[in-house]
Amino acid sequence: MGLLDQKFENGNILITTADDLLNWARLSSLWGMQFGLACCAIEMMAMGASHYDTDRFGVFFRGTPRQSDVMIVAGTVTLKMASRIKTLYDQMSEPRYVISMGSCSNCGGPYWEHGYHVLKGVDRIIPVDVYVPGCPPRPEALIEGIMKLQEKIRNESLAKKKTA
Amino acid sequence: MLTEFGRVFIFLLIGGVFVAGGLIVAWLLRPNRPYPSKLTTYECGETPIGDTRVRFNVRFYVVALIFLIFDVEVVFLFPWATVFKELGWFAFVEMLVFLGILFVGYAYVWRNGDLDWDKPAPRIPKYEPGIGVRENHLTEEEVVV
Repeated sequence: MGLLDQKFENGNILITTADDLLNWARLSSLWGMQFGLACCAIEMMAMGASHYDTDRFGVFFRGTPRQSDVMIVAGTVTLKMASRIKTLYDQMSEPRYVISMGSCSNCGGPYWEHGYHVLKGVDRIIPVDVYVPGCPPRPEALIEGIMKLQEKIRNESLAKKKTA
Repeated sequence: MLTEFGRVFIFLLIGGVFVAGGLIVAWLLRPNRPYPSKLTTYECGETPIGDTRVRFNVRFYVVALIFLIFDVEVVFLFPWATVFKELGWFAFVEMLVFLGILFVGYAYVWRNGDLDWDKPAPRIPKYEPGIGVRENHLTEEEVVV
């Protein structure tokens, strides 16, 4: 645990103001992890390139999990790749987020029934924040997913999460 | 009031405060939840094998050294070849001398067997008790028990 992270029971005005600043900073510079698994990665690359230009959201790709905030699981998660994805997710530093992109990583997609080699949804190994449907999703759809993630980050807090 | 170097000092001061401030604020705010899997070496998702400190075979050293020498030789040859006609015979002879020296070294390396990957048996010079060398070894009769 950090010095301030999750040390407060309730959010007072100081904490909520700091939250706003931190969340704004975090959601404005979502650095993605540079790896693609299948055809969804082509759409992800298109999203990062000049036409869709996610640099304006502060989203661009880093070559190492240490520097990335969001992992976009773009494509078919084969069983062989699944353990690698788990390792890569483990090596990211908090706060870290996962966008599951496309049917394959959402639920197995076309490999749902007979895909002996495909993990039926990446959320079986790592926690997923946003699911982007499509096969593959268009770059606009992925941008929508990133904006949904930004909304999620906007509501985060330094205070402890309320446990039911 | 403020000298030119005073401004530099203020610049350094602000620079230091900026770096230290960033590190301290990050230390205050960041979540710190280490666990073994997070702390392992990043190897593109693969499980790292072995140590980072790989020992290189010392034989690469000789090869690298020889390569460097002849690399530099080519570096010297090129400018000479460009202005070969202007410089004339004097430069030609000088270059021949230069190449000759390197060739002697090359022959030495070859003779020594340093170009062979299989390490040749070391050639230890034989000690021959000769003229002018006093033998310090005591013979068996001289050793007092």
